[in-house]
Amino acid sequence: MAFAAFGPAALAERATPATLRKSWVAVALLAPGLAYLALFFVTPLVSLLVTSLNQPVLYGDVGQYEPALRVENYWTAIEHYWPHFLRAFVYALIATIVALAISYPVAYFIGVTARRWPFVQALALTLVIAPFFISFLLRTLAWKQILADDTPLVQFLKSIALIPPDGHVVGTDFSVVFGLVYNFIPFMTLPIYASLERLDTRYLEAGSDLYARPATVFWKVTLPLSLPGVVSGTLLTFIPAAGDFINASDTFLGSSRTQMVGNVIEANFLVLMNYPIAAALSVLLMGVILVLVGVYIRRSGTEDLV
Amino acid sequence: MASGAFAEAGADLELVAIHKRFPGFTAIESLDLEIPAGSFFALLGPSGCGKTTTLRLVAGLEQPTSGRILIGGKDVTDVKPYKRPVNTVFQSYALFPHMTVIENVAFGLRRRGVPEAVAKAHEALELVELDHLAERKPQQLSGGQQQRVALARAVVNRPALLLLDEPLGALDLKLRRQMQLELKKIQHDVGLTFLHVTHDQEEAMTMADTVAVMNHGAIEQMGAPEELYELPRTAFVANFLGQSNLFAGEVVSTTGDVVVVDVAGVRIAVPKERAQRHAGAVAIGVRPEKLRLHASAPAAEAGVNALGPGRVADVSFSGVSTQYHIDIPGIGRVVVFAQNTASGPVANEGDEAWVSWRVEHGFGLVDEPSTLPRFPSDTDTASLAAQTKEELLAELGET
Repeated sequence: MAFAAFGPAALAERATPATLRKSWVAVALLAPGLAYLALFFVTPLVSLLVTSLNQPVLYGDVGQYEPALRVENYWTAIEHYWPHFLRAFVYALIATIVALAISYPVAYFIGVTARRWPFVQALALTLVIAPFFISFLLRTLAWKQILADDTPLVQFLKSIALIPPDGHVVGTDFSVVFGLVYNFIPFMTLPIYASLERLDTRYLEAGSDLYARPATVFWKVTLPLSLPGVVSGTLLTFIPAAGDFINASDTFLGSSRTQMVGNVIEANFLVLMNYPIAAALSVLLMGVILVLVGVYIRRSGTEDLV
Repeated sequence: MASGAFAEAGADLELVAIHKRFPGFTAIESLDLEIPAGSFFALLGPSGCGKTTTLRLVAGLEQPTSGRILIGGKDVTDVKPYKRPVNTVFQSYALFPHMTVIENVAFGLRRRGVPEAVAKAHEALELVELDHLAERKPQQLSGGQQQRVALARAVVNRPALLLLDEPLGALDLKLRRQMQLELKKIQHDVGLTFLHVTHDQEEAMTMADTVAVMNHGAIEQMGAPEELYELPRTAFVANFLGQSNLFAGEVVSTTGDVVVVDVAGVRIAVPKERAQRHAGAVAIGVRPEKLRLHASAPAAEAGVNALGPGRVADVSFSGVSTQYHIDIPGIGRVVVFAQNTASGPVANEGDEAWVSWRVEHGFGLVDEPSTLPRFPSDTDTASLAAQTKEELLAELGET
């Protein structure tokens, strides 16, 4: 014990020059990464914050702004665009839940059921990733074609009275959420698969040995053990879905009634050239997502994930 | 069943004509087994002999290809594992990593809706002296502690039948001895039926009332540990449970209550009731500790078999006893365990030596002499490894 008591102190004293040298090496090794972050993350972020407080140049052209501290930009953004924020988060939430309901069984099949057949496993994984080989835009446009009025599918849905005779699919809340689910399913499936693939099925046997029915084993053992995958999958789906502007745009699966916050940011930046409002919207979107994600991670008890 | 009631006492287990085939191989070949209620039964065998499969069949984690399983007289063959009055202590412990120790132990009680599950779980943890660690996660415990938690998690449910799948395999020797005694004590206190699967013959012999030796999916021999050790019926049992010196020869006469066998020109007598076969080519054996070592030819004596002269090929001292390897021309290598008593004969490598044993210590096997495994047994780990290596080398050479 006495030895242990003076051990660390003696060690620290002796180790000082070495520690210094080590920290210098650590800084040198970190430098490229830090430089990258400074250049491509901090700089745009600062620029975005500065832009969001700009004011129009008096008697200037459209799109001419000068540095200022116009906090009203944020109030204007919220006042005009709160329905788009709301729509974005509701769409993203529904899409995340639907994607989870579809992805979990798929991931369970690939990661657990198909363990005995490595070929089936590899094939199913390839099928999950396969859509990535086609451009995001083309895939979404393809769905627009499939869901357009007068296509066999929509005709069929009309004939069984699932949609009214003068109804549409494209341009509705449904088609936008459908597009979000479709496009983000791989981001949900792969992390859950990664969690389930490591799942030790002996825990499941132990559960059923201890009087748990298959459903109880799922809720008490399988799901908690795959929770890290579920949390990362839902984050990887929810965050990009909330900021998405492709699916909801009227060129693709949306219409003027389905505009999400991503669409109004795009419109303000590229069409209206109202850079301060667009920047303020972006900062707000980022802030809301950070708060939501923070609460979610805290609630799901997986702080060690991030 | 899953009704919430504790089993009053252990139940008996009966396996009737069980077959289990997996794609490509047969794990269990026509197994019949009866385990009386309240007993501590050990299934002993080398890895791959089908003992773990037997346990999984009883737990309901595998389905037999054919045959029936009865627990306490009730047919449970088609009963789901979560409805069987059986709990398992898994080889890997399989403690749920996302739950604390107490949650693990209370899991089975909660599933059955037993009142005061947590209080009962604490009692079970006290039984294994781990109640002070109830709030820890399993990863924060040592291997021995995890093993005890796994035991508490199974015992707390008071199953009619407790299955133990090599639960002590991962522990070091000292801890294993301690746990063996503890298990035995728990079984005695709680009065459950224990079915213990192990490949450790010493563990099986010290703990179980009845030991069944399994090989190639079938039971070779079953009985009390002393009985199995003193009178093995097959060469496999003779070599898996301890060591044996085995000899092959023709029966030359059966006089009175002994069978006389001609082993390379020497007449060896075996008691008739200890010999499985009484005519033709037979295999006989004797345990190494039953042999006496002589520095000169022992005088012929009624009731004593003698072999020699041979040469001492190897002497290894192991504290309590010394192990001698003696090469006898025409017969082969004979192993002798001699107690290190001050008066005992001491031989050195290269010395000439004779061995003798009392006729009543010999035994005769059911095996054909031609199928006798060469001594040492081919089932110990070192020779298994050597065999695997040879096979691998042969395979590599072919391609």
